[in-house]
Amino acid sequence: MKILVCVSKTPDTTTKIAFNASNTELDSNGVQYIMNPYDEWYALVRALELKEALGGTVTLINVGPADNDQVIRKGLAIGADDAVRIDMNPPSALNVAFQIAEHARAESYDLILLGKETIDYNGSEIGAMIAEYLDLPFVSYATKLDTSDGKTATIQRDIEGGVEEVEVDAPFVMSAAKGLAEQRIPNMKGIMMAKSKALKVVTPAAFEDKAVTVQYTLPPAKSAVKMIAPENMEELVKLLHEEAKVI
Amino acid sequence: MVLVFAESQKGNFKKTAFEAVTYGYKTAQVLGTECVALALGTAHNAADLGLYGANKVLHVADATLDQFDSQIYAKVIAEASQQVGAKVIVLSHTSTGKSVHGRLAARLGAGSVAGVNSIPTADGGFKVKKGVFSGKAIAEYEIKSEVKVLSVMGNSLQPAVVGSAAPVEALAIAVPASRVKVKSVSRIEGIVPLPEAELVVSAGRGMKGPENWGIVEDLANVLGATTACSRPVADVHWRPHHEHVGQTGIAIRPNLYIAIGISGAIQHLAGVNNSKTIVVINKDPEAPFFKAADYGVVGDLFEVVPKLTEAFKQFKAAE
Ligand SMILES: Cc1cc2nc3c(=O)[nH]c(=O)nc-3n(C[C@H](O)[C@H](O)[C@H](O)COP(=O)(O)OP(=O)(O)OC[C@H]3O[C@@H](n4cnc5c(N)ncnc54)[C@H](O)[C@@H]3O)c2cc1C
Repeated sequence: MKILVCVSKTPDTTTKIAFNASNTELDSNGVQYIMNPYDEWYALVRALELKEALGGTVTLINVGPADNDQVIRKGLAIGADDAVRIDMNPPSALNVAFQIAEHARAESYDLILLGKETIDYNGSEIGAMIAEYLDLPFVSYATKLDTSDGKTATIQRDIEGGVEEVEVDAPFVMSAAKGLAEQRIPNMKGIMMAKSKALKVVTPAAFEDKAVTVQYTLPPAKSAVKMIAPENMEELVKLLHEEAKVI
Repeated sequence: MVLVFAESQKGNFKKTAFEAVTYGYKTAQVLGTECVALALGTAHNAADLGLYGANKVLHVADATLDQFDSQIYAKVIAEASQQVGAKVIVLSHTSTGKSVHGRLAARLGAGSVAGVNSIPTADGGFKVKKGVFSGKAIAEYEIKSEVKVLSVMGNSLQPAVVGSAAPVEALAIAVPASRVKVKSVSRIEGIVPLPEAELVVSAGRGMKGPENWGIVEDLANVLGATTACSRPVADVHWRPHHEHVGQTGIAIRPNLYIAIGISGAIQHLAGVNNSKTIVVINKDPEAPFFKAADYGVVGDLFEVVPKLTEAFKQFKAAE
């Protein structure tokens, strides 16, 4: 199978978040960046498993500046064959999806995989957008993907309060949720090999952004926690009813 | 005009649909325009969407829409929006809404923001906000395209009754054949799914073992709450995976989140810190969760939880 895996770079959940003086951009000083876990742990690893079982190639794609190469190299170290980076600092999700679709259109992938969302913006939009640009089926929140021939796939996906099983023929776009695969840690050999794998840098296609971030603010500070004595649970119930008004 | 896709399940509208209509109604007020709801497939009591502010309800009744395919839904919603000349399209930020949202934006060349949690403003550009970086910041976006697509984060506003039953008009749109075959759908019956739950009782490793969960379930039953758990608890199969909340699990924002024997690691908080009220029960006064809590109880959960259950029982009996 010829597989494309979209990977993005995101701040680690544990990093402190601060913005530039005009509050228009994340201040990247001291921010620890990682590969988006849903892309890395589930989408990429399942793609590698399919390649191991059925043959084929796994290509990574990222839309971002040169700083992102570090994250892309990690994906190559985990086992992807080659990578493409569309060289830009994308201002919107639609732009990212447009760039990926432009690349994919020329390559005719059997499968385009990505994580169900990024852990910084949680938009969950890119997969659906790519699928629409390419007029392909889109299966979201996949927790299981089976195919014996690389042509017809049976997929389990999370839905509100349950699970759905669907069947779809390649080519299609799929977003990966927890359960699809098990995280792989790159080994020394993989890291060495990644250095010589091809990472092609491509100039973006023209696109007019339609939604842009104008500013960031910090949420209002949480008021201090009210402590209640463990023997006085009636008091807690009273507060939840009269003060918090949630029961 | 604001067009709201009102999601239904087995023909019934859910709370998220009423929230979306309320959001659409308020957005229409800001823009000085009408709010129209759109129902797809089997839909009972569609006129009731008027209660939440829809001026009318458009209904594409084709029963093939009872099975979900993002491609078909996007096509039908896009076509409906073009027929009525909608400028803003509102969806719920649910697994269905999220799977369609991006497609609609791409299809219509529309700017989009997914997971908004406040009503847009329209002076000096169309602007709207959402929570980002695990709730550590709020981002404000400006959408510049003529058509805009928004998905509303669950529980970010209360559905409010502002009107009366609305006229329901059948809308004829050709539904193409789906390329995704749905083979089975299984839903956990009888409980409110976590993303929709208003009350959640959650427990972690402090429970010591799966055999002790009776006290958590008792508390949840008395409250009519849905149960959740921390990730390590799901990883070792003390609890089913669908209960796992946090960065790698489900993100929820109930009115009340009661955390029992959970330390409050940042990855856990990422999925729950948008809850309206957080109660933390932990024997360690230094547990990081207390910093994110509204009410805290330092004590042994095996003693505190049954007492709390008893107090809720008395409260319910007195009500
Ligand atoms: C990339 C990544 C993603 C992650 N995603 C998630 C996620 O989505 N969700 C998630 O939950 N975690 C996630 N984690 C794990 C997270 O970092 C924590 O390890 C986890 O949340 C801890 O679970 P816990 O609070 O149940 O257990 P612990 O941290 O072991 O805490 C147990 C708590 O119980 C208390 N306790 C013990 N006995 C009692 C008693 N008798 N009475 C009262 N209190 C008692 C203790 O004081 C302690 O605070 C993730 C981690 C990583 C690295």
